[in-house]
Amino acid sequence: MHKYIGLALIFPLIGFIINGLFGWRIKKEKIIGWLGSLTVGASFVVSLLIYIELLGLPSYERRFIVEYFSWIKTGGLDISFSYLVDPLSVLMAMVVTGVGFLIHIYSIGYMHGDKGFARFFAYLNLFIFMMLTLVLADNYLLMFLGWEGVGLCSYLLIGFWYDRPFEKMTTSDAGRKAFIVNRIGDFGFLIALFLMYKYFGSLDYNTVFSIASKLQSGDTTIFWITLLLFVGATGKSAQIPLYVWLPDAMAGPTPVSALIHAATMVTAGVYMIARSSVLYALSPTTMEIVAIIGALTAVYAASMGLVQNGIKKVLAYSTISQLGYMFLAMGVGAFSAGIFHLTTHAFFKALLFLGAGAVMHALDNEEDIQKMGGLKEHLPITYKTFFIASLAIAGIPPLSGFFSKDEILWGAYSKGYFWLWILGAVGAFMTAFYMFRLVALIFETPPRYGAKHPHEAPKVMTVPLIILGFFSIVSGFIGIPESFGVKNVLHHWLEPAFEDASSKLVLETTVHSITTEFVLMFISVLIGIGGILLARYLYLQRTDLIGKITQNLHGIYKIVYNKYYVDEIYDAVVVKPVVWGSEKLLWRFFDVKIIDGIVNGSAKITSTISSIIRYVQNGIVQFYAVIFVIGILIVLWIIF
Amino acid sequence: MELLQKHILSLIIFLPTVGALVISLINSERKNLIKFLGILFSTATFALSVYVFVKYDPENVNFQFVEIYPWIKSLDIAYRVGIDGISLLLLVLTTFLTPIGLLATWGSVEKRVKGYVIMFLLLETGMNGVFCALDTFLFYIFWEVMLIPMYFIIGIWGGENRIYASIKFVIYTMVGSLLMLVAIIALGNFASQTNGQFTADLQKLYEIAPKISLNAQILMFLAFTLSFAIKVPLFPFHTWLPDAHVEAPTAGSVILAGVLLKMGTYGILRFSIPLFPDATFLFLPYIAVLAVIGIIYGALVSFVQPDLKKLVAYSSVSHLGFVVLGLMGLTVESVQGALIQMVNHGLSTGALFMLVGMIYDRRHTRMIEEFGGLARVTPVYATFFMIVALSSLGLPGLNGFVGEFLILLGSFKSKFLGSSAFAIFAALGVILAAVYLLTAYQRIFFGKVTKPENEKIKDLNFREVVSLAFVLIFIVWIGVYPNTFLKKSEPNVKKIVEQMERYKAGLFRAVR
Repeated sequence: MHKYIGLALIFPLIGFIINGLFGWRIKKEKIIGWLGSLTVGASFVVSLLIYIELLGLPSYERRFIVEYFSWIKTGGLDISFSYLVDPLSVLMAMVVTGVGFLIHIYSIGYMHGDKGFARFFAYLNLFIFMMLTLVLADNYLLMFLGWEGVGLCSYLLIGFWYDRPFEKMTTSDAGRKAFIVNRIGDFGFLIALFLMYKYFGSLDYNTVFSIASKLQSGDTTIFWITLLLFVGATGKSAQIPLYVWLPDAMAGPTPVSALIHAATMVTAGVYMIARSSVLYALSPTTMEIVAIIGALTAVYAASMGLVQNGIKKVLAYSTISQLGYMFLAMGVGAFSAGIFHLTTHAFFKALLFLGAGAVMHALDNEEDIQKMGGLKEHLPITYKTFFIASLAIAGIPPLSGFFSKDEILWGAYSKGYFWLWILGAVGAFMTAFYMFRLVALIFETPPRYGAKHPHEAPKVMTVPLIILGFFSIVSGFIGIPESFGVKNVLHHWLEPAFEDASSKLVLETTVHSITTEFVLMFISVLIGIGGILLARYLYLQRTDLIGKITQNLHGIYKIVYNKYYVDEIYDAVVVKPVVWGSEKLLWRFFDVKIIDGIVNGSAKITSTISSIIRYVQNGIVQFYAVIFVIGILIVLWIIF
Repeated sequence: MELLQKHILSLIIFLPTVGALVISLINSERKNLIKFLGILFSTATFALSVYVFVKYDPENVNFQFVEIYPWIKSLDIAYRVGIDGISLLLLVLTTFLTPIGLLATWGSVEKRVKGYVIMFLLLETGMNGVFCALDTFLFYIFWEVMLIPMYFIIGIWGGENRIYASIKFVIYTMVGSLLMLVAIIALGNFASQTNGQFTADLQKLYEIAPKISLNAQILMFLAFTLSFAIKVPLFPFHTWLPDAHVEAPTAGSVILAGVLLKMGTYGILRFSIPLFPDATFLFLPYIAVLAVIGIIYGALVSFVQPDLKKLVAYSSVSHLGFVVLGLMGLTVESVQGALIQMVNHGLSTGALFMLVGMIYDRRHTRMIEEFGGLARVTPVYATFFMIVALSSLGLPGLNGFVGEFLILLGSFKSKFLGSSAFAIFAALGVILAAVYLLTAYQRIFFGKVTKPENEKIKDLNFREVVSLAFVLIFIVWIGVYPNTFLKKSEPNVKKIVEQMERYKAGLFRAVR
C-alpha cells in the first residue's frame, strides 16, 4: 500500500485542477464542495490504509522511501519527487487529511453563496496537496516546495475576500504581510539548505542524517544549520520574532483559519524540527534557544490573548501560544510530546475556530465578543463543542489537551528547566483564563448583539464540530503517561522516528521521581481550574471588577491591548526606512542623478565641446586664410 | 532531409530574413497578412530549433551542427556556426519568444506594420546568429546587426520619449561593442604571434587565448566583459534599461528582456570566462560583488516604481544579477542555474511585459496607482499575472525557483568565490522579489475598483490567452521537470567548470 502514497497527493491535486479550471462553469455548489471534500477524504483513506499496513509490521521496518521521478539533477545535486513513509509522516498525513476533510465539509456550509466558492475549494485542495508534500517529502528541497506552497495558499486564502477591509487595512495587506514575513523565515531555511549541501553534499534526509550522526555534539556547522532551520520555523509557525503575521491572517475566511492557521500549516515548523531531530539533538545550544523562544512565545502570546476582543484574534494568539508549547517540547528533547500536542491541538483548535465560525455565521459575521453573549440557547451544539474544546485546551483531565500539555511541562521540568516550566505553567493559567473569558462572553453572559436572530448552523457544519469534539475528548488517550502504568501508544508509535535523536541527546533526564510527576500534574490541573474559575467569576459574577481592573492597570492594559506595539516598531524600524531609502536615495538620487548624470553629462560635454569647435568651420574662406597665415607665423616663431 | 540537417543552423538564422524579404514584397495595407506571415516564419524557425533541440546529443561535448564556409581567408575569418548545450537553450528561447511576442501584441501596433514585422524578423536573424556564431568576427557582426532593428523598433514604434531612449540604448551598447571589436582584433593578433596566423576561429582561440600573458588577458577581458556587462546590464551600467523598456513597444520589451540581455551573460560564458581564465579569477570577486549589489539594488528600486513597466525593467537588473553571480560561481550547479535562469527570465519577464502591454492597450496607462480591484473585473488576466509573478519571485514548483536555487546553492559552496557571503546577500533578493511583486500585484488587482475607467476593462481575449498559455507551459515544465533542459547543457557546463579548475591550479603554479 505504501507504494501508493502518491495517490494521497494526487487526489487533492486533481480537485484543485478541476475546481480551479472549470469550477466557474459548474453552477452547483454541492458538486464543487463535495468534489473538493471527497478528494481530501480519499487522501485520508489512503493515509489510513498505509497506517494500517505499517501497524502490521515490526516497528523497525516501518519506513519506506517511495521515489517517483527526478526533479532537479545537475552537478552533485540529485533531488527527486520521493516520499518518506514512516510513523511520523503517516501520523501527520492522517492529521492533515482527517482534520482537513472535516473542515472541507464544514466549508460547504460556511461558504454557501459566496461568489468565489469554486476558487475557495480549489485553493483549499491545493493547500492539502502542498501540506502533504511538506510532511511526506523525503528530502529538504521537496519539503521546501511544500513549505512555500502552503505559504502561497495561505497568502491566497487570507486575501480571499480581496476587496474587503480588515481592521485598519485590507485583507490583501494581511495576506501580503504573511507571505513576506514567511519569506524572511524562508531565507533562513534556504541558507540552512546551502550549508547542508556544502558540508554534507546532499539534501536527502537519509544522507544528511547519517553524515551528521558521525559528527560531535556541538558541531558549529550543525549549530548553524539547525539555528537557520529554526529561523524558518519561527516564520511558518509564528514564533517570536516573526509571529506578527498570524493575528492578521485572521482576515481569511474562518475555515481557513481553522485549517491553515491553527491545525496544520502553522505546525509545519514543529514537524520540521521533529523531522530533523537528529540534527537538533547534536546541537544542544540550538535546542536551548528553541526551548526558550518556545516558552517565551507561549506566555507572551497568551498575555495578548487575555485582552483581545476579536473572537478569532483571541484564538490566533492562543494558537501562537500553543505552538510555543510545541517548540518548548522540541527544545527540551521531548519530541514525541511535541507531536502529541500538535495532534491534540489540531483537533481542539480546529474545533474552536469552526465554533467561532458558527458563531459568526449566526451573527452576520460579527467578530467582536463584546457584542455577543447569550448564544448558549440559540447555538446549543456550538456551545457544547466549544466548551469541550475550551476544557481540552485549558488542560482539564481527561481531555486531550491535558495529557499533551502535561507531557511537555513534565519534559521541561524533568530535563532540569525549572524556569521554562514556570513559564509554561503561567501560560497555562492564562490559557484557561482567556478561553473561559471567551466562553463566558460569547455564550453565557446576557445577549448584546442587538436585533439579530442567531440560529444554529446547518448539519453540514455541526457534524464536523461534533466529530472534532469527540476527538478533542479522546485523542489524549493515545499518549497517557507511562507512570499511570499503561503503555503510551503514541510514544511507541513514534519511537522509530526519534530513537536516533534520543540516543544523541546530551540532556539527561534529571528528575525521575514518579511522585514529582504526579505532584506537578496535580499543580497544572489546579492551574487550569484556577484560570477557568477566575474567568467565570470575573465575567459571570463580578462583572463590575473587570472595569476597575482595566482602569487601575490602564497603562499596561493599553500596551498589551495594542500588542506591545510590535507592528508599529517593525514598521518604523524596517519598513519605512527601506521604502524611503529605495525611493529617495537609490532611485531618485543614485540612479537618476549620479549614474544617469554621468551618462548624460558625458553626452552633454561632447556636444558642448563640438558646439564650440564647430565655429571654427564656418565656411568663410577668408577666415580659413587668416587662420592659415597665423598658423604659419606661429610655426615660424617656434622654429626660430 | 540530409541537406536540411547539414544546414539547419543557417536555415534557423536566415529563415527570418527570407521572411522579411517576402514581406517586403507585400502591399503594406495588408496588415493582417503581414502579421500572419511574420508569425508563420518565426514559428517555422521555432519548429526547426525544436528539431535541433531534440536531435542535439548531450553526450557529445563538441559543437554540433557545425557549418564552416571560408570568408576572409587571409585573416582566417570564416562563416562558422555551431551550437553546444549552452547556446542550444538560448537559441530555442529566442525562436520561441519571437512568434509569441508577435502574437501577443497582434493588436498593439497599427502604424507601419510592415516595417515593424520586418524589423522583428531581422532582429531574430541577428539574435540567432549571435548564439550560433563560432567565429569572433561573425559574432561581432551579428551582435551589431541586431542592434539596428532594435534601434528602429524603439525609435519608431516606441513611446513619447522614444528618441532619447533609443539613442541612449545604442550609444551605451556601442561603447561596449567597439571595445569588444578592439579586443577581437587584438586576440587575432596574439594568435598570429603564437601560431603565425591571425584567426577569428573561436575554437582555436580557446586553445590560444588562455596562454596569453596576464596583463594582455586583463585588457581583453575587460574589453569583452564591459561590453557584455552593459548588455546584461550589470550594475552600474543598467540605466539604459529602464528607459529603453519603458519606451519600447511591448514585443520590443519582450525580446529586449527575453533575449537581448541574455546575450550579455551568454557572452561572458562563451568568451570572457573560457578565453581569459586568469583574468577571470582576478576579477571574479568584483564582478560578483556588482552582481549582488545589482540583485538587491534592482529589487529595492523596483519596489518604489510607480510605473509598472519600469518596475519589471528594474526587476530584470535584479534577476540578471543572479545569472552573473551564478556564472562567477563557476560550479556546475551555479552555472547550470545561471543558464536555466536565463531561460526563466526570458519566459517570466517576457510574459510580464506581455501582461503589462495587454493592460496598457486597454487603459493607455501603466501607472500602478491608476488601477486597483482588477481581480474582479478581469479574473483571467489576474490569474495569469499571479502565476507569472509567482514564477518571477521564485516559488518552488515554477521555473524561477530552479534557477535561483541552483545559482545560490552553487555559489554558496563555490571555491572560486571563496566566500558564502555572496550567496547569503543574494538570497535577500528572494525576499525582496516577493515584496515588490506582491505589493504591485495587490495594488493593481486587490481592493475595490476605485476608478470608473477600470470597470469596463475587457478581460483577455482568446489570442492573448493562447500566447500566455504557451509561456505558462514552459514555466510549469521547467519548474517541475527542469531535467529536460538541464541535461542538454550539463556536459558542456561541466567541461567549462573542469577546465577552469585546471586553469586555477595552473595559475598557482605560474605564480610560484
